[in-house]
Amino acid sequence: MAHGSGKSGTSRRAFLKGAAAAVPAAAATAGAARADDPLITDVQDWASGLGEGVDATPYGLPIEFEDDVIRRNVEWLTADTISSINFTPIHALDGTITPQGCAFERHHSGAIELKKEDYRLMINGLVDEPLVFTYADLERFPRENHVYFCECAANTGMEWAGAQLNGAQFTHGMIHNMEYTGVPLRTILEEAGLGAAGDLADKWVYVEGADASSNGRSIPMEKALDDVLVAFKANGEALRKEHGYPVRLVVPGWEGNMWVKWLRRVEVMDRPVESREETSKYTDTLADGISRKWTWAMDAKSVVTSPSPQSPISHGKGPLVITGLAWSGRGAITRVDVSKDGGKTWQQARLAKPGEKMALTRFYLDTDWDGEEMFLQARAMDETGYVQPTKDALREVRGENSIYHNNCIQTWWVKPTGEAENVEVS
Amino acid sequence: MSKFLKDYMLPAGGAMALILGVAYGAANRGYGDSEIATLEDRNTQVEARVADLSEQVELSRQAVAESGDRVSELESALEAAKAEAASAQEAAKAARVEAAEAISAAQSDAGDDTVMTDATAESAPAAEPAVTLAASTTAREGGYGLGREATGNEVAAWDLDVTPDGTGLPEGSGDVWTGEEVFVEQCAVCHGDFAEGRDNWPKLAGGDDTLADEDPLKTVGSYWPYLSTVWDYVNRSMPFGAAQTLTPDEVYAITAYILYSNYLVEDDFVLSHENFDEVEMPNADGFIVDDREEAEAHFWSSEPCMENCKENVEITMRAAVLDVTPEEESEEEAAQEEASAAEDMGEEATAEEAAEETEAAALDMALVEDGEKVFRKCKACHQVGDGAKNRTGPQLNGVMGRTLGALDDFRYSKTMEEMGEDGIVWAADNMAEYLTKPRDYVKGTRMSFAGLRSEEDIAAVTEYLKSFPE
Repeated sequence: MAHGSGKSGTSRRAFLKGAAAAVPAAAATAGAARADDPLITDVQDWASGLGEGVDATPYGLPIEFEDDVIRRNVEWLTADTISSINFTPIHALDGTITPQGCAFERHHSGAIELKKEDYRLMINGLVDEPLVFTYADLERFPRENHVYFCECAANTGMEWAGAQLNGAQFTHGMIHNMEYTGVPLRTILEEAGLGAAGDLADKWVYVEGADASSNGRSIPMEKALDDVLVAFKANGEALRKEHGYPVRLVVPGWEGNMWVKWLRRVEVMDRPVESREETSKYTDTLADGISRKWTWAMDAKSVVTSPSPQSPISHGKGPLVITGLAWSGRGAITRVDVSKDGGKTWQQARLAKPGEKMALTRFYLDTDWDGEEMFLQARAMDETGYVQPTKDALREVRGENSIYHNNCIQTWWVKPTGEAENVEVS
Repeated sequence: MSKFLKDYMLPAGGAMALILGVAYGAANRGYGDSEIATLEDRNTQVEARVADLSEQVELSRQAVAESGDRVSELESALEAAKAEAASAQEAAKAARVEAAEAISAAQSDAGDDTVMTDATAESAPAAEPAVTLAASTTAREGGYGLGREATGNEVAAWDLDVTPDGTGLPEGSGDVWTGEEVFVEQCAVCHGDFAEGRDNWPKLAGGDDTLADEDPLKTVGSYWPYLSTVWDYVNRSMPFGAAQTLTPDEVYAITAYILYSNYLVEDDFVLSHENFDEVEMPNADGFIVDDREEAEAHFWSSEPCMENCKENVEITMRAAVLDVTPEEESEEEAAQEEASAAEDMGEEATAEEAAEETEAAALDMALVEDGEKVFRKCKACHQVGDGAKNRTGPQLNGVMGRTLGALDDFRYSKTMEEMGEDGIVWAADNMAEYLTKPRDYVKGTRMSFAGLRSEEDIAAVTEYLKSFPE
């Protein structure tokens, strides 16, 4: 039997037990004479024997000890797992780039398998010449690289009515951030010629996928010609099946539903289609029953990813790294503040790098934990001057039935044991 | 591959690099159209050189057989050619098109031992591009000349969207009663006989005047602003797992039935492309365009509070109280389970296991693998494997050899239960009959699945089901 096969994986619960146990142990050994560490004094197997050869893993997965860093889904959220969603394990990642293998998935009729050879992209409607491109054609246009986040409009949607799911993965994991390689949609539209469209100011493009759901969305021409990308690589390699292999649309800063996967058609139109995904879904009902539509941009948002319910403090008091992610669909993150007392006082966090437009920004607050309870919050600001609102401020304008676009400030209650829980505070 | 062949592939690889170099060099530069004419001459020279080289490679094939020295000679010749080509890159706007076609051709020929010589030969200007990967190119002004014109039939096949005023609707009609029949057959398994929804599947009817409630019910009747959206979505994306199988008349009929289920039309209503725009949707005026920048202007506050921002912080709600977060089995728990399972395993279990192994050995694993793919069509409703539960359809562990309608905790159709009471058992032949046309084998089955068309698929999925014993 191979090492580590079978049921393994440290669960949250098991980890929490370990965390709680670690605190007194650390306190007890402080200052006392230490026994020698056999990991150092004894010759270990790995320091004597041999490891695997270069032919063992032609394409590698993370080492088995990391097998709890995986996408998870919440069964009760949807009727089945095909038209459903799962969540990125943001609580266990650092930096900003999301590895494709654990980047969240959202399908409306399952992740299909579409070969490059079978791929066709049609441009039609109000164009000078309706065109069909093969995958190979797309690779011959000048291409660009950009890092963008993709956030489902429903991310944090379960929190409208109150604290529900216990973990940053579940509350904020409908997001990923990748470096895309692709051709600007503008280039492809201009190849078909936009003369026939006349005045572009009131024109739209309708984009749809090749899967059974087709998931069509209408995008104003201004955005289509601005920064939308027809992408075929992510983080340097081909898109994964679940993210639309071989070609998906990248719509920077706008809700993930518009990032049509398995992109097969772009139609230039003089009006929006008002498809299912832009009327019955992805519209935000306010308290008075009126619903907002065309709420495309993702508002500035942040969350502490650690410590958090799935990533408790396991080391007792002393130096503690508080870290998290911030992003805005309207531009670059300029500042992130962190509160340890539920919003009474705030400290400015350190940004790992200056914020980039429509991309995740990593923040850190390097602190000294006194072992007392904390109510951790993060608050993002973007270059437009937008400040991430509290849950109450958001509910005041939108009520509790919006489902989508919940960008409220999240609170983690970190207890003296180091465990954390999703709570709401006054 | 013999060492011999490897040796002669080296210079050919050099020629490949040359082509790639030309292609990449060109792709990274912008050229004015005026330059192209003068560049074409240079391009012809490059092409001639490539053709030359391919000839040499062909020659070298024989030469290699005689002497390994010739290989290194050729290699240096190619190195020289590469250097020359690099200086020719500036002039490669036109060459880009030809060269990329050669690359495609080379890729599609990959695996053939003579691939490289063939590929370079195809880079001659007269060669036609490979069909599968590289589409034909046309000389459009101002563009890259990529892609080809879409045919009328192609546009008609994919451009199906319908806008609120009915643009895009095909001719046709359907009445409420036909709609009910089709709905019960095709849609009710998820959406309920009266469009009231089953399990977590969408409810399509009801919810009038609930949008301002604490828990609004959003249905076609209570929420959807445009009827075109219903027609368009049903036409292109439904039924779930068998999209684009309905006729336009069926889509009109289903749409009419959904309207009827919402009390928006009478039972004698007939919907057609002609009266489509006469239907009024109750929530048509229930939407406003994104007004966040005005309604939420206060979120663009200049400087947020940093000190003494509030007096008290009290917990008002805890996620642990709801306890809806998925739990996972811990390592400890898993280990305990394994240990107790091991303890329980007596002679009997070993015998059972051996029997299972024999059974597994009898399976055609290639067929099982194919069947797994076919089963994707079933997965929306049926589960198999560890922890499989009844969902919209019954769980299928051990279904082969099981009596029809045998699971106590699943609500089967009457016919299915009666057939079970008559002692009918699922075997390869009746499963094939059922999967070919479910409603023919079990009249009134609740399974709204059109059936599998290919015998291979049926055999594969049956084998796959066999791989999941009770």
